[in-house]
Amino acid sequence: MSKLTPPLPKFLRPAPARPGEKDNGEAGKPSAVDELKAGAAEGGAGVVGWLDERSGSSKLARSQLYRKVPKGTNWFYTLGSATLFAFVSQAVTGVFLAMYYNPDPARAYQSAAHITNEVFLGELVRGMHRWGATVMIILIFLHMGRTFVFGAYKYPRELNWIIGVILLVLTMAMGLTGYLLPFDQRSFWATVVGVNINASGPIMGPYLADFMRGGAEFGAASLSRFYAMHMLLIPGLIGALIGAHLYLVAKLGTTAPPWLKAEKKELQKEEI
Amino acid sequence: MADTPSKKPKRKSRYTADRGVAGAFEGETMTRRGLMTGGALAAGGVASAAFGLPALGFALGPMFEDGTPDRWQDLGPEADFNVESYVPKVMNLVAEIGEAGKTTVYVRKFDPKRDEPSPSDKEKNKEPQPYVAISTRCAHLGCPVRYIQASQRFVCPCHGGVYDFQGKVDGGPPVRPLDRFYTRVINGRVQVGERFSVNSELRRFKPRDPSNHLDGLWQYLYPSRPST
Repeated sequence: MSKLTPPLPKFLRPAPARPGEKDNGEAGKPSAVDELKAGAAEGGAGVVGWLDERSGSSKLARSQLYRKVPKGTNWFYTLGSATLFAFVSQAVTGVFLAMYYNPDPARAYQSAAHITNEVFLGELVRGMHRWGATVMIILIFLHMGRTFVFGAYKYPRELNWIIGVILLVLTMAMGLTGYLLPFDQRSFWATVVGVNINASGPIMGPYLADFMRGGAEFGAASLSRFYAMHMLLIPGLIGALIGAHLYLVAKLGTTAPPWLKAEKKELQKEEI
Repeated sequence: MADTPSKKPKRKSRYTADRGVAGAFEGETMTRRGLMTGGALAAGGVASAAFGLPALGFALGPMFEDGTPDRWQDLGPEADFNVESYVPKVMNLVAEIGEAGKTTVYVRKFDPKRDEPSPSDKEKNKEPQPYVAISTRCAHLGCPVRYIQASQRFVCPCHGGVYDFQGKVDGGPPVRPLDRFYTRVINGRVQVGERFSVNSELRRFKPRDPSNHLDGLWQYLYPSRPST
């Protein structure tokens, strides 16, 4: 243990002895090196161990996966993860749809029809993206409802509620921008009306509509704009905000269900 | 930069030497560390602005441009139109997007007995537009309206907007009359030009988005934009 020659980074060094304990160089709580050694003894000494020794990722994973959760945690607490899963599914299917889709007004409809009718499994992947969008909206509202009913938006989690509301708005924007992309009569006119609804806001509304259309009229630039927003701008923002959302969940922990509030505080935690 | 508490003056001196900063020069007011921090932040800000501002202007540019080119389109010979009823014609509103850019326009001859000339023309003693070309874009949210000759009304299918024979609002949610197009007659053929919006007196305005008011106090909430 103490014979390791290269100077160890601080987090790998053994902890100093507690006061009163005999200082034999290895006292105190088990060090990260001991933990790594124990992990290595259990197996995974190959590639995983090599990576873990250098990145400390198992320590991070353990601290995240084995945190304490309140008593009474139940299936309603999985709605956030379900929403995240829906987003990942949308991202993956969306990336692959982009391999066949062509955001050109003359070719958009044909390329979308080509995906559905000719590409292998195209109907399935497009269908997953199309229905997954609806599922994601439903899951967001269920997740939001759970947070509201369980009082999980209260101090100190207000910021996470605010981030969640921004994520809701951004997801709606994904719905609006994605609806145009098949470029058939329904999606075209529904989007025209949708943009005009934005234009009905006083003072800033018409400017917002101009920004979305890329000009005063709904033209060829509008489709590329919607495509870029749908593909790059909004997903990037959503990804970053999901990161912040999850960070705050990990930092603050989850709330106990409201029916446990009356019980003693010590009873509310259990180790899983 | 730490100072011993005993030496601390009541109000901090602006000179680093007085504040007990290690290695301070005489007359120096800013620590070198502070200068480096500020300089690094400023350099980062300049570098970010160097790509951020042009990119932002690139994305927002169309909001401040007059995007609609001035072009006239042929609708047919004068004999096609009358004063009694509207004739539907197809015109190209946005040239580069194919079928989706085409729209119906309802056209009839200007009827001096029935039509009040626009105040925009009357005040300048100008001839009124020879033809009335009504845009099918509903002034509520932009759905396509349809002309029904039996009731001499334009009706919108989406939210029940109704317009009279002049295109003025007769009922429902629209906030102003239907938009129109400039018309002219060249060699006996009727041509339509740019779209314009009208208020309830048929005074002409630059084309506005649907749902933007042009009457009363509301009009001040929807000012004219560079792009329209």
